[in-house]
Amino acid sequence: MNAISTAAEPGRSPVLAKLSSWYASSGDWLKTSVVSLVGIVVFLLVWSAAAQNINTSLGAFPGPTAVAGQFKSLYAEHTAERAKAEAFYERQEARNAKRMEADPDYQPKIRKYTGKETFLDQIGTSLITVASGFLLAAVIAIPLGIAIGLNKNLNTAINPIIQTFKPVSPLAWLPLVTMVVSAVYTSDDPMFAKSFVNSLITVSLCCLWPMLINTSVGVASIEQDLVNVSKVLRLSALTHVRKIVLPASVPMIFTGMRLSLGIAWMVLIAAEMLAQNPGLGKFVWDEFQNGSSESLSRIMAAVFTIGFIGFLLDRFMLQLQKLVSWDKSSAVR
Amino acid sequence: MSFILNIDHVDMEFPTPTGPFTALKDVSLNIAKGEFISLIGHSGCGKSTVLNIVAGLHQATKGGVVLNGKEVTEPGPERAVVFQNHSLLPWLSAYENVELAVQQVFGKTKSKQETREWIEYNLQLVHMDHAMDKRPGEISGGMKQRVGIARALAMQPDVLLMDEPFGALDALTRAHMQDSLMEIQNELNNTVIMITHDVDEAVLLSDRIVMMTNGPAATVGEILEVNLERPRNRLALADDPEYNRLRSEVLKFLYEKQRKVEPLRGQKDAEKTKPQKTPEKTAAA
Ligand SMILES: Nc1ncnc2c1ncn2[C@@H]1O[C@H](COP(=O)(O)OP(=O)(O)OP(=O)(O)O)[C@@H](O)[C@H]1O
Ligand SMILES: [Mg+2]
Repeated sequence: MNAISTAAEPGRSPVLAKLSSWYASSGDWLKTSVVSLVGIVVFLLVWSAAAQNINTSLGAFPGPTAVAGQFKSLYAEHTAERAKAEAFYERQEARNAKRMEADPDYQPKIRKYTGKETFLDQIGTSLITVASGFLLAAVIAIPLGIAIGLNKNLNTAINPIIQTFKPVSPLAWLPLVTMVVSAVYTSDDPMFAKSFVNSLITVSLCCLWPMLINTSVGVASIEQDLVNVSKVLRLSALTHVRKIVLPASVPMIFTGMRLSLGIAWMVLIAAEMLAQNPGLGKFVWDEFQNGSSESLSRIMAAVFTIGFIGFLLDRFMLQLQKLVSWDKSSAVR
Repeated sequence: MSFILNIDHVDMEFPTPTGPFTALKDVSLNIAKGEFISLIGHSGCGKSTVLNIVAGLHQATKGGVVLNGKEVTEPGPERAVVFQNHSLLPWLSAYENVELAVQQVFGKTKSKQETREWIEYNLQLVHMDHAMDKRPGEISGGMKQRVGIARALAMQPDVLLMDEPFGALDALTRAHMQDSLMEIQNELNNTVIMITHDVDEAVLLSDRIVMMTNGPAATVGEILEVNLERPRNRLALADDPEYNRLRSEVLKFLYEKQRKVEPLRGQKDAEKTKPQKTPEKTAAA
């Protein structure tokens, strides 16, 4: 608003107008960042004050400085581990080259470095697991949701099942999933580790529901007029879904996807803990079992990492929704 | 005179929780090619129901509709509908909205180039060629309705069905749209059934005005021929005695013969328990 009115004033150069509009918007920006900075500082003060007064069997609860130090050392461990891996491969290569020289028929052995997973590796594993579980859920939930939304009888048939399974905790699913996976998923050279499959399926089972419900509601609440347009045009069933149903329910589908991704990320940590999938959940669990003086601050670092990644995932979905959806108002906040 | 469309002794009953509700009873109407028909009547009498039966969106309980010698059993693009609230697909631009219809109807017979020209021609007819690439959310109500009309026209329907196409527009925009519609009609000479609440609109646009009695069991009350010369001009007609006679005929039908006194809200239930109550009393209460 401000910028427009100043720009319209006669006799002022556009550069000036631009500058003043920048100033106006940077003022807003400045204010919000100052306010959030104050919030963060207050939080840190309260945290460090409280931490000093909580004594656990592993020592005092870590304060902000201990956790910040942990981030540093986690990163240092990661770079050290990477250097070790590199050295290992170099040595292997050199050894193989030597053997080849001596004996040209020699088949070089390539072994993988089996060092321990670093914190960053674990973040990577968690992201891959959550993405796979979420995608699997989406692949099932969205088509099924469309079918349910289009067919009242199907909706009546499936709704009680959805309502029953929706509130089930991942901790209840996991033992079942584990047993079924170890019975069904048997191969000598499995492409994926069982722990990964277990976590993935548990995540899918828990994050399926918001997508399913939102998609079906979105599809069922398409304006009758739009359905009539489709009827008058005699669109085939497939074209009807493609040209009318899907775009009309995209805003709702994305709302469901956002909710689902949030749940998926939350569930993942629990699933990884129990399934021993080498991700952030396992990191927390291992540190807990470790019980060293550093464990609590390392777990606290993981907590912040989990929270921040969850936040980023949500922002990512929001951006995606803004990009894809025609209804811009559905993607606010 | 040969008729393109026959509505033949149509009855319509809706199932309701309290038993079947007879909305229409014995509605018959024959429409000639190129004729412009207005359906007028009080709210809730069953105008939309008639139109939806012709469109094929509802199935008549008794009787039927015959178009070009074939009975109507389902919706189809030869009976294009302009809905009251435009019903454009909000995620498509004006051009794409018309395109969807054109692709569906002429996808096999028109080349890419022809399709494009045909879409643009229809948008020009409704004076919307300047905003072809705008989405419904970015244009005014009148403009949306224009695009809706362009979409219907682009299907080259045998009958164009319009359910209060200008009902949601302000008076000035409405007048504009009526003029546009007359201009288009002058050029294309479509067969049109239009529902309206507006007496002036009915007289200005129509060749015949079909006045419906009040429901339940509504039917065609009277049919009024409008033999005003075309092209018609709303200003010139204001002082035309024939125009004013037709206007007052419609008004007389609506407000004398089919006078309708709506019970105030909250009294509807009370009325159900005391069915003997006279309309005057209800109005006074
Ligand atoms: N699907 C339905 N089920 C039950 N009753 C219906 C249904 N559709 C319409 N009716 C009833 O049929 C009657 C006629 O409805 P209709 O919509 O055709 O009226 P209308 O003349 O178009 O009214 P308006 O001018 O307000 O649009 C009304 O009393 C309405 O309540
Ligand atoms: Mg109606």
